[in-house]
Amino acid sequence: MTDLERHSFDVVVIGAGGAGLRAAIEARLQGKTVAIVCKSLFGKAHTVMAEGGIAAAMGNVNSKDNWQVHFRDTMRGGKFLNSWRMAELHAKEAPQRVWELETYGALFDRTPDGKISQRNFGGHEYPRLAHVGDRSGLELIRTLQQKIVSLQQEDFRETGDYQSKIKIFAEVTVTRLLVNDGRIAGAYAYYRETGDFVVFEAPAVVLATGGIGKTFKVTSASWEYTGDGHALAMRAGATTLNMEFIQFHPTGMVWPLSVKGILVTESVRGDGGILTNSEGKRFMFDYIPDVFKAQYATTPEEGDRWYTDPEHNRRPPELLPRDEVARAINSEVKAGRGTPHGGVYLDVSTRLPADVIKKKLPSMWHQFKELADVDITKEPMEVGPTCHYVMGGVEVDPDDEQTKLPGLFAAGEVSGGMHGSNRLGGNSLSDLLVFGRRAGLGAAIYVDELGGARPTVTDEMVADAETEALAAFHVEGGENPYTIHADLQQTMNDLVGIIRTESEMQEALDRLEGFKERVRRASVQGGRAFNPGWHLALDLKNMLLVSEAIARSALERQESRGGHTRDDYPVMSPDWRQLNIVSRTEGDGVAIYRQPLSPMREDLLELFDVNELNKYLTEAELPKGEHS
Amino acid sequence: MTYKAKFRVWRGDDESGDLQNYEVDVNEGEVVLDIVHRLQATQAPDLAVRWNCKAGKCGSCSAEVNGKPRLMCMTRMNTFTEDEVITITPMRTFPVIRDLVTDVSYNYTKARMVPAFAPPADLEPGDYRMAQVDVERSQEFRKCIECFMCNNVCHAVRDHEENKTTFSGPRFLMRIAELDMHPLDTVDRRKVAVDDHGLGYCNITKCCTEVCPEHIHITDNALIPLKERVADKRYDPIFSIASLFSRSKDTRTPAPETPKG
Amino acid sequence: MATTGIHSPGRAKIDADTLRTDRWWLQPLGVFLALTAFVVYSAWRVFSGKYYYSAPYISLFYSPCLSTTCVEGTEPGGPISWWMLSPSLLIAWIPLTFRFSCYYYRKAYFRSFWLSPPACAVAEPHSAYSGERKLPLILNNLHRYALYLALILNVVLTLDAVLAFKTPGGKWGYLGLGTLILTANAVALWLYTLSCHSCRNITAGRITHFSKHPLRYKAWTFVSKINEHHMLYAWISLCTVVLADFYVYLLASGRISDLVFFSA
Repeated sequence: MTDLERHSFDVVVIGAGGAGLRAAIEARLQGKTVAIVCKSLFGKAHTVMAEGGIAAAMGNVNSKDNWQVHFRDTMRGGKFLNSWRMAELHAKEAPQRVWELETYGALFDRTPDGKISQRNFGGHEYPRLAHVGDRSGLELIRTLQQKIVSLQQEDFRETGDYQSKIKIFAEVTVTRLLVNDGRIAGAYAYYRETGDFVVFEAPAVVLATGGIGKTFKVTSASWEYTGDGHALAMRAGATTLNMEFIQFHPTGMVWPLSVKGILVTESVRGDGGILTNSEGKRFMFDYIPDVFKAQYATTPEEGDRWYTDPEHNRRPPELLPRDEVARAINSEVKAGRGTPHGGVYLDVSTRLPADVIKKKLPSMWHQFKELADVDITKEPMEVGPTCHYVMGGVEVDPDDEQTKLPGLFAAGEVSGGMHGSNRLGGNSLSDLLVFGRRAGLGAAIYVDELGGARPTVTDEMVADAETEALAAFHVEGGENPYTIHADLQQTMNDLVGIIRTESEMQEALDRLEGFKERVRRASVQGGRAFNPGWHLALDLKNMLLVSEAIARSALERQESRGGHTRDDYPVMSPDWRQLNIVSRTEGDGVAIYRQPLSPMREDLLELFDVNELNKYLTEAELPKGEHS
Repeated sequence: MTYKAKFRVWRGDDESGDLQNYEVDVNEGEVVLDIVHRLQATQAPDLAVRWNCKAGKCGSCSAEVNGKPRLMCMTRMNTFTEDEVITITPMRTFPVIRDLVTDVSYNYTKARMVPAFAPPADLEPGDYRMAQVDVERSQEFRKCIECFMCNNVCHAVRDHEENKTTFSGPRFLMRIAELDMHPLDTVDRRKVAVDDHGLGYCNITKCCTEVCPEHIHITDNALIPLKERVADKRYDPIFSIASLFSRSKDTRTPAPETPKG
Repeated sequence: MATTGIHSPGRAKIDADTLRTDRWWLQPLGVFLALTAFVVYSAWRVFSGKYYYSAPYISLFYSPCLSTTCVEGTEPGGPISWWMLSPSLLIAWIPLTFRFSCYYYRKAYFRSFWLSPPACAVAEPHSAYSGERKLPLILNNLHRYALYLALILNVVLTLDAVLAFKTPGGKWGYLGLGTLILTANAVALWLYTLSCHSCRNITAGRITHFSKHPLRYKAWTFVSKINEHHMLYAWISLCTVVLADFYVYLLASGRISDLVFFSA
């Protein structure tokens, strides 16, 4: 063990997306030494995929916007299951975080008076999303990356070493968090390039690893989204909550295979696109739920009139909330009325002239032209639901993002609570900034309070971690990890997907037991240097643990809410709203328990109309003196 | 629909390596990266390749397909004939790590040498005002996904290893142009563009523009305008003298020399 | 085998200088042949000192004709008496310099003549490369001065095109094939010259705040638009130059006579 590489830092940030970078910047600004450890090259994190923008109530386009309105929108979107304190902090701090980006060099699109332009988005009452065309995520990550470079230049001028305070470990994967006596002591990782191991000794670790998309077959996520942070946290003794809430976007590409899952923006429908099945029927009219009957058109004629005259007509059912549309598409395909590639048709070609389509939907036109060789001005797109985002995540303190494990912090998609049961578009990028900063700050404060009493990394921990990480090389004649992964994704897609029932989830849990053995017996060919097979074998463990947490939580929650739809419990229940479902590890699996939400602060409760609260809360929770 | 395609994939490391032959199934609508993944899943599980988003947005899967720098995720298989042998190699300007993965640290080192954005000291966050027409030029350059194919194809370093110390490549000259055109930047980077980043190496042969997957007009909109701005200051005696008496004087401070570290 | 460039230690060991399978050599070869042909033709015409005026047309290689040896009828009918060589040499260096330092032609000759590189991702045959950092290539940075001179020349050539609407006898109202060719040539040259990258810098490219200079921004927008086709205009104008000169040559040498559509 003598030649093992070791580093000591005040704070180790795992993940280099928006949240991780913002956390690292904050910890460095607080005077801490920081390591950024990321699985990919620096600047390639999944944040680059975000298109829409960053939600922040700056009021640049509509001055009526403020944090209270943003807070309300966020709580409604999450069906009131959100951590209200996080939603409050998020709404209050997002504008500052966006303005800060400009001081780092970001160039957002502008309003005529030179301020940051803001765009409309689903669920947001006013135009609110700061954006740069349709590449807002790229702008965010590049800006933060360049801020880190600028801090490194400052450090160089002071110390003669660019990396004296922030060091980036790109293409390094953490396999285990090291815990000593109930506190974070560090992390164990390997270099993808060489397969060599590295130990980080650090009293504080910030998880910013993103989501879990790769546990599902059809997903908009990249290979990195293997639930590493969720699994690392749980294995180290922290908890995750509400893992059942997964956002399936109704329109992902289904064909060609190479792009299956890639998003087709909601604007296609907003601009007039219609959904039809293999029989040519515009089926959404059959799927308007009773609660929405009043707001949605019942005939195609009326729906079509809405685009030009929204005052006197009801909107077409293609524009129902995402979960409704996703469910409808799912039902059509299951009933055998799907397209040859298992989706439905989304057509704008017969609805708008070609030049209008190219003008209004340039990126979609390009996406289909370049990736699918489909000209959407001439032919319909094939679309179907795709796994997009996990609302559940590591349970954190709303103010400093510390998990149940002292010294471990989490921010961004890997953390839970902020978005409740359903996330609004645009709220994820602002989430990264607000809570990334808070996690970095929290970690710095924690390190200060800890003083000299830093938990140590023992040789035993390191030896254990090494044995675990190399196990796959010692399996003789085991299974190919790629096959196991494909089967796991299929299982999750089929049995714990967009529509869930008890029997299927039970079956999923049974199968997951089988997967545990298969993952243990996954074997790897070749050596340790840049060996994707080995990397996948390690990631599989994380995906499996996360899958079990999702399946168990989903089985437990007997209601339908946001990103969790039960065929057998189709109604949203105020009683269930009072409960978070928390997951933790037990043995080689996951155990769950119910945990009550803290009641919303009175002044925040008063921001809502009591008639609205009635739909979500139990009578006992309503503001005093206003019981209906 | 499905056919067997012939591939030659470079396998090896920084010591040795060669092109190895594979026959792989290809289905309708697939891209080269799908085929590489199928190779991993069926024939070569340890085939090293970088990729992330698989949608042309992250710039990870840069390689050379039939000798041309390409994003593998954006290279559709139907651009080849069924009997064509398709050759995939790593980028040939950067040191190879293994198989299709190269060491692109050159780019990160150069990125660190570009003097950072420097806004006016007294401007508070939230008070930034910029006109859309003034940010559009820099916005085009900020579309860059850092696939590094422009730096890979640029002959100044591709064909001349020794120039890597003095030349930063199109990507980072474009970054300097981006900052030079930023409406609120207070630093004059024209001197460092030439002295520290080797703008003079560029002979505008435009391969950077040809390979850019984001279709950024690197040469016409970034490199040549930067050369012209440098000429204003450095090579044009009349303009230099005239600008001393101009009403709209350039008030920017020169960027500090890049520390060699 | 070379040990630099793509064969440097550490890079992937691949013997081929390029693995491109397309006909990448076709374009540089075509450019090489076309430019060589142009250089040979123009050298012949510039040095010959003959057959450059046939009323009302003057060949652009000889306009303005500045030497006293210029044939009668050429405008302005040269003041320079000590010049003994072809009068073309007094001015032909201007378009030559402009085209040589042009950002498009630089690409063309670096690729086709100097093979640096011959095509993208095709190894160049030189062991060292210093770009445009040393004399004489560093002078390419003064492209703008060539532009200024070229603009002056364009005014003269435009005047020539206007005068081509006069009959050989000097009366307004004439339209021959030569009139059309000279006019087309003038238009092509304006497009090529105004779409120049230096011109783009001068209009407003060097300004950081377009919003404070709306007129210059407008000019920049126009120049930027035609700048996208700078290469096309470079070739079109090269062709019209040859066409215009050759037509005058044919007339002046008596090989053909002008095709007249209208004459007052």
